[in-house]
Amino acid sequence: MIRHHLTDDILLAYSAATLPEAFNLMVAAHVSLCDDCRARLEAFDAVGGAVLDDICDSVGMSDGALAATMALIAGGPPVGVPRAARRAGVLPAPLQDYVGGDLDAIQWRPVGMGVKQAILPTSKDAAARLLLIPAGAAMPDHGHGGLEMTMALQGAFIDAGERFGRGDVEVATADLAHTPIADIGEDCICLAVTDAPLKFKSLLPRIAQPFLRI
Amino acid sequence: MIGSLSAWGQGFVNGTQDNARPDWVSQVERVRDHQDREAFAELFRHFAPRVKGFLMKSGADATLAEECAQDVMATLWNKAHLFDPARASVATWIFTIARNRKIDLLRKQRRPEPEDLSWGPEAEPAQDDALALQQESEHLRRALSELPDAQRELIERAYFGDLSHSEIAAETGLPLGTIKSRIRLALDRLRHAMR
Ligand SMILES: [Zn+2]
Repeated sequence: MIRHHLTDDILLAYSAATLPEAFNLMVAAHVSLCDDCRARLEAFDAVGGAVLDDICDSVGMSDGALAATMALIAGGPPVGVPRAARRAGVLPAPLQDYVGGDLDAIQWRPVGMGVKQAILPTSKDAAARLLLIPAGAAMPDHGHGGLEMTMALQGAFIDAGERFGRGDVEVATADLAHTPIADIGEDCICLAVTDAPLKFKSLLPRIAQPFLRI
Repeated sequence: MIGSLSAWGQGFVNGTQDNARPDWVSQVERVRDHQDREAFAELFRHFAPRVKGFLMKSGADATLAEECAQDVMATLWNKAHLFDPARASVATWIFTIARNRKIDLLRKQRRPEPEDLSWGPEAEPAQDDALALQQESEHLRRALSELPDAQRELIERAYFGDLSHSEIAAETGLPLGTIKSRIRLALDRLRHAMR
């Protein structure tokens, strides 16, 4: 049972495609596990559909555009990556795409105190990493300049008196000092995304305040 | 693999008594089941210029937007079997395809997407679920068009990726809770069918 969800502003920004890749990955991973957030996201997509259908200025297509499109279709579907279906394993499908498999494919690097990390290849305007925190251990000090979102994938972590189990997302801002501690019983694996401080101003402030609410 | 002509495509256009716009569901179904070129041409005439306009407002030049709009419409043909009328209007579905192409082309980034949830060959959404969602989408479209200009422009600009922090207002008044509940219901039924 997921209790800590994505915020409306993040879901809207995902729908409007204004988030850095690392935050898109967080949204895609959480929504894979959470039908509540999937329904909210699809409601924001519905607003996008209404914008496209109704208030967007249309621009005439060139002569022969339909024929050109039929030729595209006749050429067969593009060889692209099909959208991921549900897959067995601990990692949701969008994360498995970045890792190249499930947990046993993660290339962990030690960062001290028994904690390990694996940085995922995303665009440089934000960073995404998987963290492994041994049961009962604390996440090492990891100063972040701006927004940080952390989602538990296996086990759980506890921060500021709240427990975050599989699928739960903690949102932390720069002025919040926090120290997540892995719950006893099982090593905690989580996805953490942070905006790189240097690029912070370009992308995230615009979604810092929600204006569409569900 | 998709079953034969299903009930959900029948009667949506007729199902709305007032002079609401067509919801395009039956056209997508005809493309899906019969590779119907005339149905596709109807969709193309309505949506391709809108997709092109959307992409140009989002920062693409005319040439790129034209090429991309053709690509989006070709994707509609190729993925018609993935359209779920109990969860999205045709306009919404095309918006998501166009939005993803926009990221590929303008941002040159990968676009991580949630795990796909779709109906298997042995089950499809119930016709009344699809009808209710299509009607709800029409309500949302009308509510948006009836907003005061300034408010509507804010929403429009948010979806073009063209809004700075200080310009973001607090509320829109759009009845999003209703459509969210409808989608949630459809997801519950889909999860049940996937079991
Ligand atoms: Zn959620």
